[in-house]
Amino acid sequence: MIELDDVCRSYTVGDSEVHAVQHVSLHIGAGEHVAIMGPSGSGKSTLLHILGCLDRPTSGVYRFRGRDVGMLSDDERSHMRQHEIGFVFQFFYLLARLTAGANVELPMLFAGVPKSERTRRATEALEAVGLGDRIHHRPDQLSGGQRQRVAIARALVMRPSLLLADEPTGNLDRSSAEEVMTLLERLRAGDRTLIVVTHDPEVARRAQRIIRMTDGRIEEERV
Amino acid sequence: MRGLELVFFVISALRGQRLRSFLSALGVGIGVAAVVVLTSLGAGARQYVMSQFTQFGTNLMAVDPGRVKTMGMPGVLGGTTHKLTIDDAIAIGRQPGVAKFVPVVTGQGRVVGNGRGRSVFIYGVTHDAAAAWKFSVAQGRFLPPIDPHRKASYIVLGPKLAHELFPESSPLGRRVRVAGWSFRVIGVMTPKGHFLGFDLDDAAYIPVATAKALFNVDELNEIDVLAASSDAIVPIKRALKTLLIKRHRGQYDFTITTQDEMLATFGRVIGVITVAVSGIGGISLFVGAMGILTIMWISVNERTSEIGILRALGVRRGTVERLFLLESVVLAAAGGTGGLAAGLGLGAVLRLAVPGFPFETPPAAIAAALGMSVIVGIASGVVPARRAASLNPIETLREE
Repeated sequence: MIELDDVCRSYTVGDSEVHAVQHVSLHIGAGEHVAIMGPSGSGKSTLLHILGCLDRPTSGVYRFRGRDVGMLSDDERSHMRQHEIGFVFQFFYLLARLTAGANVELPMLFAGVPKSERTRRATEALEAVGLGDRIHHRPDQLSGGQRQRVAIARALVMRPSLLLADEPTGNLDRSSAEEVMTLLERLRAGDRTLIVVTHDPEVARRAQRIIRMTDGRIEEERV
Repeated sequence: MRGLELVFFVISALRGQRLRSFLSALGVGIGVAAVVVLTSLGAGARQYVMSQFTQFGTNLMAVDPGRVKTMGMPGVLGGTTHKLTIDDAIAIGRQPGVAKFVPVVTGQGRVVGNGRGRSVFIYGVTHDAAAAWKFSVAQGRFLPPIDPHRKASYIVLGPKLAHELFPESSPLGRRVRVAGWSFRVIGVMTPKGHFLGFDLDDAAYIPVATAKALFNVDELNEIDVLAASSDAIVPIKRALKTLLIKRHRGQYDFTITTQDEMLATFGRVIGVITVAVSGIGGISLFVGAMGILTIMWISVNERTSEIGILRALGVRRGTVERLFLLESVVLAAAGGTGGLAAGLGLGAVLRLAVPGFPFETPPAAIAAALGMSVIVGIASGVVPARRAASLNPIETLREE
């Protein structure tokens, strides 16, 4: 499903060149649960952005389901994110002016899904994360854990094959973090791949594989 | 289908910042209201002038001494001019197609009678004046059909003058004096109202030869000519020109103005004023556009994380650009619609308060106002929308 072959990503900050990801080769199969760990600045977020088609490698090849992402246009990568990839971020990024239901509907709105189907699927997705009774609540009426669960519903409503979570529990207390992780694992049904970037060993331990990164390189892999 | 839903999405964003959206739309609204009100006043003024002229009939033309392009101003541009005479008028009357002709001498004089006096405009005319100008007589009769060269001491009073001098009794048969000359009142006109600020009812009519002697002038101020039909206007104008040039020893020293030309002249003047004044409205519209540009720019910079998450969810760059463009257009169109309503409302109030107030909104102005607000929206939204689309989602999602 995911094949990275000698992938590098570097960019210039001021006059210096930063090598965020260096010579990473990696295979992740469908349905796997992988954790990427490392200190801040180790390049794990950059790697996640490449995996999520938000960024492109400077060199090397990234194949997602057989397609060379580096060769795709911006619009084609947008299309891929829309249909294949779900994102969950540390800061949730819910639109404060929209209800939980409308936030979950957002990806479907831009994918052109008809209104009645959007409502039905958003309701299902919120029920799946245990927030069926919070559809009409706005984000500021929800707790942090509930907001992250809305974000997860939003990430999954397009039924992506890959779910990427960037520090999903970074802003949550221990019990909410537990809930969110349990939920993510439960929703990794079927062939759905889950990749979690974290520096919390508790969170990482739940994965089938842990990839440690330092200075842009994969340091060790442990199953 | 999706277009409308995107509009709702955009409106939700605008409602998130109610006051700010309202104020920036208000800028465009004021601009549109200004343009609508000013063009309506211009169109109203044009219609007012039109109605003022057409109340005399449309087949009327005037011959004035002197040669100036449009409005006869005798001798101002130098050169000698021949006098327009009663004989000129009689010769004009013989031309084919001419239904009526009126030699006119005007002056101001004090009419004294019944122990009262009043300064009014005095028109020296002939019997045909009433018919040519579409005036009618309320009491008695108009000047009798006599040889224009003949003097006669008859006078016809305008209704206002008649009422001022003889408030209680009929003026018919009574004697009045003008500059020591004695006249017998033979008629009173029906009210006609105002023409470009002149009170047509505060006037008196005497035979033209008498007026010449009274005011001690030996020329006419004007000869009015009524064409038998509107088709005859152009050939008559041509014939009169040839005739008068011949009578004036080959000199083209007079001006013939048809009703159409007068209307066209006024129309041009009012048109220029309308354009100039609407330009001022346009400036306020421009200021409104700058307001929207500023607000949209700020909005894009505040909503970078929203843009980032939309991009992460797979919304294309072009769609993000269109969203912000749409936001700006909705803002401007809302302001434009409000401004249009305000402008029309103001017009309705003015007309209620002052009946007959010249406020006439051309349908094209309404369409133009809405069109302009959409253009303002697009023009002021392009730059912020480009910026929104060019943002790197990774950068915008890096921190809270």
